[in-house]
This record gives sequence, C-alpha cells and structure tokens, in this order.
Amino acid sequence: MRTSTSRTRAILAPVIFGLAVLVIWQVAVVVLGIKPYVLPSPINIGGQFTKAFDTVWAGTRVTGFNALIGLILGAVTGIIAAIISALARVFDEIGLPVITAASVVPIVALAPVLYTMFGAGAETARQLIAALAVFIPVYVNSLRGLRQVKPVHRDLMRAYAVSSWQVTRTVTLPGAVPFIFTGLRIASSLAVISALIAEYFGGPIDGLAKSITSAASYSNYTLAYAFVLGAILLGLVFYMVTLALEKLATRHRPSLS
Amino acid sequence: MRSSDVAVMAAGSTATAVDVVGATKIFTVAKGAQVIALDTIDLSVAPGEFVSLIGPSGCGKSTLLRLIADLDQPTTGSVTVFGKSARQARVDQDYGIAFQQAGLLPWRTVAGNIELPLELHGTGKTARKARAAELLELVGLTDFADRYPEQLSGGMQQRVAIARSLAESPKLLLMDEPFGALDEMTRERMQNELVRICAETGAAVVFVTHSIPEAVFLSDRVVVMSPRPGRIVDVIPVALGAAEDRDDDLREAVGFFAAVSAVREALHGTPAGGAAGASAARGVETR
Repeated sequence: MRTSTSRTRAILAPVIFGLAVLVIWQVAVVVLGIKPYVLPSPINIGGQFTKAFDTVWAGTRVTGFNALIGLILGAVTGIIAAIISALARVFDEIGLPVITAASVVPIVALAPVLYTMFGAGAETARQLIAALAVFIPVYVNSLRGLRQVKPVHRDLMRAYAVSSWQVTRTVTLPGAVPFIFTGLRIASSLAVISALIAEYFGGPIDGLAKSITSAASYSNYTLAYAFVLGAILLGLVFYMVTLALEKLATRHRPSLS
Repeated sequence: MRSSDVAVMAAGSTATAVDVVGATKIFTVAKGAQVIALDTIDLSVAPGEFVSLIGPSGCGKSTLLRLIADLDQPTTGSVTVFGKSARQARVDQDYGIAFQQAGLLPWRTVAGNIELPLELHGTGKTARKARAAELLELVGLTDFADRYPEQLSGGMQQRVAIARSLAESPKLLLMDEPFGALDEMTRERMQNELVRICAETGAAVVFVTHSIPEAVFLSDRVVVMSPRPGRIVDVIPVALGAAEDRDDDLREAVGFFAAVSAVREALHGTPAGGAAGASAARGVETR
C-alpha cells in the first residue's frame, strides 16, 4: 500500500503545483491589470486554444511530422553508427572526435544553409536538422550501452564460439536497450525543439513556430500563446511515448540505477 | 605413479577428457610485474570422471579451468580436450560451462535462456523446444519455463544456468564455483541434484570450489592446489560410492569425514586431529 500512496503523491504533487501556478498567474493578470500583449491570462490562452484548435492542430501536425521523421532518421543512423563503432575499433577512433566536434555545433545554425541546399519550399531541411540533433544523444548513449557487456556474458559467448555479429545480436544489443532508450528519451524532446526552431530560419510557412511568429507580428499575442501551448503539448507527447516504449522494452529487467 | 594416471587407467579409456601437460600461466600486471598464476600443472581427467579443484583464493583454480575452456591460453605447456587442442574443443562445443554468476540473459525467459546455445548453433525451433522441456524437467523447473530470470531465486537461476550448460549434451562440464553464491541449504540440495544429473548424463566434470565438503561429496578425485605460484600439492581419490548412494546420509558417514580430513591435511600440511581443527580454514571454507 505504501508504494501506491507514494505513487499517488508523486503524481498529485506536481499536478497541484502546476494548478497553483496557473491560479496565481490568472489572479496576477486580473488583479495587476496586466495587458494581454505583455502576458495573456491562462483562461484567455485556453479559450483561444479551443477556438483556434483547427489552426493549432494543423501547425502541430506539420511540426510533429518533421520531428518524427527526424527522430526516426537520427535514431536509426545513431544506433547503426554505434553498432559499427562498437564492433570496429577503427570507426570508434575516427568517430569520437567527429562526434565531439558535432556535439559542439549548434545544429540549428545549419538551418539557413540547409534551406538553400534543399530549397525553401521543402520540409527536408527541418527534418534533417531534427535528425542531426537526435543522432548525437542516441549515438553516445547506445555506444555506452554496447560497451556494458558483463564479463560473465562475454566468457559465455566466447565459450559458445560464435561470430561477433551473433554476440551483438543476442547479447550486446539487447543489453544496450535501456541505454538506447535513455538516448531516445533525451532525443525525443530535442527532435521537437529542433524541428520547431528550424522554422524560424525560413522554409514553408506552415509549422507551429511560423504560426507563432505570424500571430505575434499581427499583435495576436493570445493566439501566439495558444500555438506555444500546442508546441508544449507536442513535446510532451513525444516524451511520453518514448517513455512508455522504454518501460515496455525494459519491463523484465532490474532497474538501471 | 601419480594417482591421476591410475584413474585414467581405471576408466579404461584411451582418449582422456582433459589432459593438461606442463601448463604455466603468467599474467603481466601493472608496470610489467609478472604473476605466476599457474606453475607447470599436470592434470588428466578421464571420461565420466568428476574432478574438483580446491585451494585458497589465488591458487589459480579458476585460471586452470579457463585454460581448459580456452577462455585463456597457457603461457607454456599444452591443454588437450578429448584429444584435440582446447581451442578446437571450444569451436566444436565439446564442453558445457557454468560460472559462479548464473549469467542468464534477463530479457529472455527461462526456456529462452536454456535454448540460447542451441539457437546460436543453429538447432531448429522444435528440437530446441523439446530439449529445453527435457532439461527443465531435469532441473525441476518445468513450471517456470515462461518466467523471466528476475522472477527466480538465486538457486533457481543457477539451476537454469546448469540446464543451459547441459543443453548440447556435452561430454565435459566445466563449473567455476557454480554454488559459491548460494546459501548452505540450497547448496546441498544443488549438490545432490548435480550428482544425479552427472550420473544421468555420464559427463566428465571439472569443478572449481573452495568448500572441502562440497569437493568431497561430489568428486571422484579432489585436486588440492596452493597459491603463489599456483601448484597442485596433492590429488586425493575420494569416490564415496555410486551416485544413487550419495544422499544426505553420506554427509554424516565416517568415510565422508575421513575424506574431508584428508583434503584438509593436504591443504594445510598438518594432521587434522583434534588439535589441528583450530588451524583449519585458512582461506578455505570447511563448512
């Protein structure tokens, strides 16, 4: 029973805190008479969100799709690159400085260049930026996981005299799954953020970030905040889905910590 | 004539299960310093024979087992398994192996873990399933086939590991303190089961342990080793009777205690009379 009480508390505490913040925000806006262009009240934002739901949803779909393509592309290449690095030392030695360099590059800075490369009318640049942002945490975490083989498993596999690909498939890769998912969880938020920020640098005018900019430029601040709320929800969905997948994939293992 | 030679002749076989000749293993540690883990070891194990390696920590008993398993290579000397090189024997899967840690794959079910070596070596799905069912029956875990390792106790996990080591019906079993992490009661039950399993499969066993009663209860011969450098100091024939006679009563029999005393004397180089009891157990469990 103790665990269920602590679980309830773990859920309840942040919910109460969040509601309290919203209440204080609402009261502050009303009592202090804050103008909507400075800060709209949560009730107004919520109202606008429901009213303009179709527009927000359209923008969310575009940005969400870009983020998803980027997440899948970056995750697949990140995992494959990690497997190659784990199997072949040479690739690892080449890979490390490249990855270190890449992780320092602010990837969205590439956006204008990529828009020129793939044309301003295409979503490709945004998806690539998300993929690049996803690649790094997935690669780094996967590689760390692939290196975590227990000595007893290594001995066992040597005793079985199997190929290094068989070892990867049966022991190393499944063993790295918790680490891969840690990378994916970090990457899922990064994918949404990168796809969103990339929109500020150009490209088609259909995503969430573009909508935020245009709403703000028409002085429709409440609508701008409604799009921001859409972006927050999109990020949450990405995070929660990867978290759920992680729980599903690691349900038979003792916890990592 | 060494007692190991006698055992080989007694078994009446031409090809020994394991033949270690003049094996030395030197490890180079930090700053180029060298540690002699094993110093010119000679050991033969006959087919179907149960041999225990016993000695204090650092005597090289696990290293010797790893040489036989080709997990490490001797610095000098040779290791032959069923008449071929240790490497060839490993490639041909002539032995099954179990370690102190069960080393199960947590994402596979109990049955999936037992099937692992069969799957890796290309046995078909139906044959795998049938063999796993057979082995689960042998180790008494039929009801746990679909459980995951984390749902099992330490003793049960170790039984799964033993079943896995038997999956390909090896004629040689290598066991590195497989019961070392278990509590005393589980340990004795596992020993009883191992005696039965060995009788049923007819496999030769090389068994590393640091428990004297365990070695005596299980073995045909107990090889006593000493550390720094790792050497064989004595080989004590035990063979306390056929497998079906080896039950819990044996643990209280006179012959059992005599053999325990003999092994203890060999370990400490002192007679195990009443006075010597106090000096027993120096780095070795006597329970």
